[in-house]
Amino acid sequence: MDAKTVIAKRVAQEFQDGYVVNLGIGIPTLAADFLPEGVNVILQSENGFIGLAPLEGQAIPDLVNAGGRPVSIIPGGAVFDSAMSFAIVRGGHVDVTVLGALEVDQEGNLANWMVPGKMVPGMGGAMDLVSGARKVIVAMEHTGKDGAPKILKRCALPLTGQRVVNAIITNLCVFEVTAKGLFLKEMAPGVTIEDVKANTAAEFTVAADLSTMKLM
Amino acid sequence: MAKVCTIDQALEVIKDEMTLMIGGFLAVGTPEMLIDTLLTKGTKNLTVIANDTATPEKGIGKLVVSRRLKKVVVSHIGTNPETGRQMNAGELHVDLVPQGTLAEQIRAGGAGLGGVLTPTGLGTIVAEGKEVIKVDGREYLLEKPLKADVALIKAHTADTAGNLLFHRTARNFNPLMAMAAKVVIVEAENIVEAGQIDPDHVMTPGIFVDWIVQG
Repeated sequence: MDAKTVIAKRVAQEFQDGYVVNLGIGIPTLAADFLPEGVNVILQSENGFIGLAPLEGQAIPDLVNAGGRPVSIIPGGAVFDSAMSFAIVRGGHVDVTVLGALEVDQEGNLANWMVPGKMVPGMGGAMDLVSGARKVIVAMEHTGKDGAPKILKRCALPLTGQRVVNAIITNLCVFEVTAKGLFLKEMAPGVTIEDVKANTAAEFTVAADLSTMKLM
Repeated sequence: MAKVCTIDQALEVIKDEMTLMIGGFLAVGTPEMLIDTLLTKGTKNLTVIANDTATPEKGIGKLVVSRRLKKVVVSHIGTNPETGRQMNAGELHVDLVPQGTLAEQIRAGGAGLGGVLTPTGLGTIVAEGKEVIKVDGREYLLEKPLKADVALIKAHTADTAGNLLFHRTARNFNPLMAMAAKVVIVEAENIVEAGQIDPDHVMTPGIFVDWIVQG
């Protein structure tokens, strides 16, 4: 199983039936492919609708996801303007949002919208999502492409949100973020605590109930 | 007052140095014909308030590439490398605003509010220089209203009274911007007689709309 599939499968286990969920572009979006049996979620798309579904058949004019790609809308879906879309996001009506990160730290701070002087795409809806969603999950490969840790003591990049992350799910492990710092809750099959330590720059506590990810 | 007019009549109001709001999300729901015609007029030093700067060949992206803008107020520029290039070269001023904050600032502008209080951006550089207000023990940023001289709106259907329907995700910022500008110009794919849109279905009431152009 490749790293992205491990992450997506584990993220999908966070969803309960009937949840309203917002998924970021990339790995987070893959989680929708691995929903547990009997779990249906309603996907919210920041550009203004609920009931996001993968494209089936011909592209419908004017119906795209937050990345501008053609998608479908389920029966029972609803379309609205951007103020309504972010009332849903900010108002606590999204149960879970899953986003990628450039950096995340042991206090739950998240940086994922700019690298000064290099890459400044803008925050889009990310700052609203992390400030308003009931649960914020960071889903990403554990380290950068160069192997450098992305889970840090303290983010160096400009923040997307301060103390907003509730859980970090990577190809190596699951961290729960609490007021007392990070707790290592699960590890992927074959991963050791030493592996996690070697690839993590943050301090963390090994949870008493540490277990192995159950990946079907 | 007749609202349906030619594109040249409608765009006459737009002058150099004005502030425009332009609907759309990655050019979905952006009035491309109004932008193309505006490009031929040579209007320059414009400020544009919009969700994003699309791509170089689409929507607001074309105004960026043709260097008609001095400033943009947007939530995202990542899909248009030219916006980033002009920003880094000091040729274009870019104000990046969280998308939900931008929507509420525009809504506040049209709704007669003095601003909105939002938790979005607390503890980030977005909060720099802004007033933090505590309500019932929770902190919020004061974000001020946004208004424009002209809004360029894309509708699926307009009736001759100016009532608008939008299609799917082409709605996005369009209804909000139609409330927040002195002059509102709509590019409509379909124009029908007043009365043909059920009042219950109207998404933007006609009183907000000044000019309607056949898209």
